[in-house]
Amino acid sequence: MFTATPLTLKNERSEKAARLVFLSMTLLMVIPLLLIILHLVAKAWPILSLDFLIKNPSHGMRAGGVFAPLLGTIYLVLFSLLIATPLGVMTAVYLNEYARDNALTRIIHLAVVNLAGVPSIVYALFGLGAFVLAAGIGRSVLAASLTLAIMTLPVIITSTKEALSSVPFAFREACWNVGATRWQTIRHVVLPNSINGILTGIILQVSRAAGETAPVMFTGAVFYKAIREGDFFAYGLLDQCMALSMHLFTISTQVPDVPDALPYGTAVVLLGTVLLVNAFAIILRVRLRSRKKW
Amino acid sequence: MKGRTRFESIKEWLIERIIWICGVSSILFVFAIFFFVFREGSAFLFRGFKPVEFFTSIEWYPTSQSHVRYGALALILGTFSVTTLAMLIAIPFGLGAAIYISEFCSARVRETVKIIIELLAAIPSVVWGFIGLTIMNSLIIRLFHAPIGLTMLNGGIILALMSVPIVVSIGEDALKAVPDSYREAAIAMGCTRWQLVYRVLLPAARNGLLAAVLLGIGRGIGETMAVLMATGHSIRIPTSLLDPVRTLTATIAAELGEAAVHSDHYQVLFIIGILLFMITFIINLTADLIVKGIRKQ
Amino acid sequence: MKNSKLTIKDLRVRFGHKQAIKGISFDVYQNEILGIIGPAQSGKSTLLKVLNRTIELIPGAHTSGQVFMDGQDIQKLSNVYKLRRSIGIVSPLPVGLPLSIYDNVAFAPRMAGVRKKRDLDDCVERCLRQAALWDEVKTRLQTLGTRLSGGQQQRLTIARALSHEPQVLCLDEFSIAIDPVTTMRIEEVLKELRSQMTIILVTNLVQQARRLADRTAFMFNGELVEIDDTKVIFSEKAAVRQTYEYVNGVFG
Repeated sequence: MFTATPLTLKNERSEKAARLVFLSMTLLMVIPLLLIILHLVAKAWPILSLDFLIKNPSHGMRAGGVFAPLLGTIYLVLFSLLIATPLGVMTAVYLNEYARDNALTRIIHLAVVNLAGVPSIVYALFGLGAFVLAAGIGRSVLAASLTLAIMTLPVIITSTKEALSSVPFAFREACWNVGATRWQTIRHVVLPNSINGILTGIILQVSRAAGETAPVMFTGAVFYKAIREGDFFAYGLLDQCMALSMHLFTISTQVPDVPDALPYGTAVVLLGTVLLVNAFAIILRVRLRSRKKW
Repeated sequence: MKGRTRFESIKEWLIERIIWICGVSSILFVFAIFFFVFREGSAFLFRGFKPVEFFTSIEWYPTSQSHVRYGALALILGTFSVTTLAMLIAIPFGLGAAIYISEFCSARVRETVKIIIELLAAIPSVVWGFIGLTIMNSLIIRLFHAPIGLTMLNGGIILALMSVPIVVSIGEDALKAVPDSYREAAIAMGCTRWQLVYRVLLPAARNGLLAAVLLGIGRGIGETMAVLMATGHSIRIPTSLLDPVRTLTATIAAELGEAAVHSDHYQVLFIIGILLFMITFIINLTADLIVKGIRKQ
Repeated sequence: MKNSKLTIKDLRVRFGHKQAIKGISFDVYQNEILGIIGPAQSGKSTLLKVLNRTIELIPGAHTSGQVFMDGQDIQKLSNVYKLRRSIGIVSPLPVGLPLSIYDNVAFAPRMAGVRKKRDLDDCVERCLRQAALWDEVKTRLQTLGTRLSGGQQQRLTIARALSHEPQVLCLDEFSIAIDPVTTMRIEEVLKELRSQMTIILVTNLVQQARRLADRTAFMFNGELVEIDDTKVIFSEKAAVRQTYEYVNGVFG
């Protein structure tokens, strides 16, 4: 066999060194994340209970729970996705199924890329200028949801498009060959077979919309609004609302003398919601990958 | 049967129209964003706005009683210094992790690390801001004996952690696009792994990595809540890592609530918005062109 | 003189700048099996896409020339879906839609507006019988079509192509992905179907054309080299030397 020469030994050592360096770079990102989450949870531990979720903030936001902000966040996420999902899915259908390779398609693509990169604070300015002022909706759940919807749109388009293009072209041809129209093909074969991928993309947007602060701060969310505890229909479409993300910002920077556990608890509730939703989407995706129909 | 087909073809036509309108709506939204942000700021832009002062003065006194000044230089430098610092941290680590994921680890580890990085990307910016405000703040005070921990360093680290997922995922895509034959050829010629990475992979994936960096920068420039909470609030040109800074985005977020609607101050904030919109537009456009160029190869 | 089912006149197709079909003209007669042979990339599959006008759905494709079906220009038909239903296409690789076996076959009639369960049941059974698949799947019509073996899927595709009662059945290299035994079974099926419809059999197995086809066309590089009775094509009487060389395996 081969004997180890100084050169191969050197190579082996460099191989090990390289692996170690890149591994430690990866770990340096991953480990702090886990430590941070642990730290947050530890600090929030004394306050975390069901009560925290179902009680309103009280005593000038220095006590109580997060019911009103949590409910507001749920409203904003639901309405924004109700608006963004059909629009985003349809756009993706257009881009993937109908669009020809022409100037219009390229412009739409550019627009989507650009929408994805617009800073969230610019969305806030846009929502304020367009929905709150120009459209006269005023600061409300509706205006904030519309703003969030346009913000989540590009990502829904991109993920839906990816899901649609994973359906083999041969299926479409087979449908056309037997006299199905384009829409029938999309409706009966393409969409049913990409629905899971589409859903995963939308679920990820739930967590994104829940975490956004700047876009809702000037379009609908307020520092404080009293609602009835346990009433899940407390906000109207044209009401202002509280939002979990903004609540965290408020109590950690704007209100003096807040007991430590309160912002930590709020952060953990927000983070927990977001990570749970994401974990759910990831599990869904992994399971789907193992259960392909073709 | 005949009537049915007629109905069907009308329905088909209608659905195609609706889908087309949805498709085109994205273009409308981009224009709408520009239009409405511009509209709110336009009156002042053409009347009292002094571009020279805006870009060269560091005197930002929007609420001064005697002499209102809108010099945004410190804010612009704030944004660029924090973003640069973040990139200096995020790019080596992000690319290192991308290299590790695509070249060194097993499929199982790769999936796990990618999931963790995906979760990292999911953490809301306000939570990052909170982490900067609490954990990083006390850490910096303790380590550097600084009077306050809400500094450029703090914001840079937070922003780096936020940008890393983008750099990793796009960087990994770029490395994956390097054909295996390159690797095999390099190994066959007796390259060490180091040489493989530096002489073969990084040059071959150059464009993709550039796009990753650009998108990371775009994210950094646009980030609002995290830098608002983590970098402190003093408007001046930072001279050290431990100086507090204020960014363009944070200025809008902090002052828009207090500026009276349609006042000059309010309109200047919208002008900053236009500036941000245009910067990120150019960055994203460039990154997209680069990514497309890679796919064509 | 037999009557023409399809008449193709100076047909040209290009994808972007690439010419796929460079001006071909010929007739397909009623109730014949027309074999089309030729090496890969000679425009055979593209020809079938032109016949049912799915070529219009392929980005970048441009067509000129005319195709007449029963004397009518297919470009001028108002109902393209009716045209597609009157032509059955079986593609090279079996494409079972990710639906149940039953739904695969019932797909076309449903899209055409048939709703009655009885009619659909009858149609599914008839087509699966015609495609010699019924006995193998009659007890598990609800399993996924994509779970069937390659040979079964190919017969499922044939059943689906028959489900809309086509007047012309086009098979595009149907035996490329299946075993010889299944191929023989399908060939038997085709012989029986000949009495009911016109069949176009695109194949790169020249012997298959020799076994089945009444007439054979030889296409090469987007052009129609020769079309004649199969006997003639496979004899020394072939008009063009290239044809003789191809069917005898000298090139291709």
